[in-house]
Amino acid sequence: MKRGGEKAMVPDADFGSYYGRPVVKETVWGPDIPAYLFLGGLAGASSALAAGAQVTRHAELARALKCGAAGAISLSMVALVHDLGRRMRFVNMLRVLKVTSPMSVGTWILSGYTPLALAAAAAAVTRKLPRAGFAATAGAALLGPAVASYTAVLLADTAAPAWHEAHRELPFVFAGSAATAAGGLGMLTVGPGRAGQAVRFAVIGAAGEIAAKSLLLQRLGATAEPYQTGRGGQLMDISEVLTAAGLAVAVLAGRTRVGAPVAGLALMAASALTRFGVFEAGRASARDPKYTVRPQRERLADAASREQ
Amino acid sequence: MGTTSPATTRNLFEQETGLTSGPGLDPSAVAGYPDHPPRVGFFTDTSVCIGCKACEVACKEWNNVPEDGLVLTGMSYDNTADLSASTWRHVAFIEQPAADGDGDLRWLMASNVCKHCSQAACLDVCPTGALMRTEFGTVVVQDDICNGCGYCVSACPFGVIGRSETDGGAHKCTLCYDRIGDGLMPACAKACPTESIQFGPLDELRERAHQRVADLHTAGQPDARLYGADPADGIGGAGAMFLLLDEPEVYGLPPDPVVTTRDLPRMWRHAATAAGSIIAAVVVACAGGRR
Repeated sequence: MKRGGEKAMVPDADFGSYYGRPVVKETVWGPDIPAYLFLGGLAGASSALAAGAQVTRHAELARALKCGAAGAISLSMVALVHDLGRRMRFVNMLRVLKVTSPMSVGTWILSGYTPLALAAAAAAVTRKLPRAGFAATAGAALLGPAVASYTAVLLADTAAPAWHEAHRELPFVFAGSAATAAGGLGMLTVGPGRAGQAVRFAVIGAAGEIAAKSLLLQRLGATAEPYQTGRGGQLMDISEVLTAAGLAVAVLAGRTRVGAPVAGLALMAASALTRFGVFEAGRASARDPKYTVRPQRERLADAASREQ
Repeated sequence: MGTTSPATTRNLFEQETGLTSGPGLDPSAVAGYPDHPPRVGFFTDTSVCIGCKACEVACKEWNNVPEDGLVLTGMSYDNTADLSASTWRHVAFIEQPAADGDGDLRWLMASNVCKHCSQAACLDVCPTGALMRTEFGTVVVQDDICNGCGYCVSACPFGVIGRSETDGGAHKCTLCYDRIGDGLMPACAKACPTESIQFGPLDELRERAHQRVADLHTAGQPDARLYGADPADGIGGAGAMFLLLDEPEVYGLPPDPVVTTRDLPRMWRHAATAAGSIIAAVVVACAGGRR
């Protein structure tokens, strides 16, 4: 049998494939997209926490979070347009609203959220129009969490096995990761000792993220491999270490001049690495046909045994 | 293929989203063509494919699809490798030891193409409406609308559609929309010298496909099987079905493809709960403690 020529292209023997080539296509999205997943999450969760801080009269924290949200969502927009194959046509996203397309729904969520986040920041910085500013703050706080969690559906609604199969836990991983980042932003930007709410928010977020991640790894079985091995696994591991380190510093030295910003930066970096890790895991799962073929084969075998 | 109960699929879609490409056997009607010509498609009978690649060439010629490089892949006679933005027909070559066991070779050839799914993931996830269902039940990209977001590329369970590096847009087989509208058959089917690629109304093709499998079984070819011919499968049945002589994955096809949007209602619910959990976390973080 002459198969493969110089290169050995048939990897495992326990499933059939066409010269080991992928069945589904790897995403054509570049690093813009995981960067957006991080920035959008950071912005959305920051807006939510800002409203809480404002209501409880922590004006400095509220202002810092609003500015951070406005900056992060502006960068997000740049990243999203930059990743398009035809950038001048980005407005075509607004031709239709399709609930079957998470990207379409997300575009409309962003179209509502972004002006509110910018207005809330503008009002906080200029200290003008407090009522309008409060309304914008409230609106951004309601839409922000949607910005942070819909992106999980954006990934899950694809044929990339590691993304699709994770559709149950991924929104919670992203929500937790977003809260971790927003908490980190609060610690980084307000004076030490005034970021208690941000620390608590980050702790809750990180706990949620870790719990959701371990559920994901458990439930996905062999499909979870790309989250634990290769580049995706590496990024996820570093993220976990940074999260633990950031939380430890926040709790132990969060009220010191050096401890607060160090913890904040570590938590924000951890959140970014989680998104890049998830992104890489999806790519790896699309590249290797075993992640596509094996579960489908098992599904067929299960169905066949049920029929008997 | 064929593990999904069509009733479950239909319920999820119509009750919870009530939208777009729907799972019915008549996707054109679901898409809003009350009065439309019969659904058409391909039946690719790989048992008579001779690997001449006339389909690949005819497709490129008619559709003015750019060349995608001359490389030797080392995969038998297949130097095309896969379907992409610039390859809308792809002939696969598989060399196997023959069943007789005396060292002979069995050479499988199969011309792959877009499946024009009844429930098309590419169409569902397209955020601009560039991908659309035609009156013939086929799925095409409107090039003047596509903004190159690339979502369809990740959504297709068959890895069919690609994004062009040259013009940034998504491209795939149109089932020669411009020809079938004029009563002509698609270029690949027209060029196929062995009628391995057959074009026609889907109902007729399905009947013919079942007959052909039965004939091959009688003639001592127990390996023959249909792929994409079952309307109860995970994509609501394909508009382009195949007769294969081995497992689908041997040809690079997924054994049990499911349209990713089937789980979308559930995904939206999880995302809504996750968003709610952020608000709950804010309440806890801000209510507790003095600072």
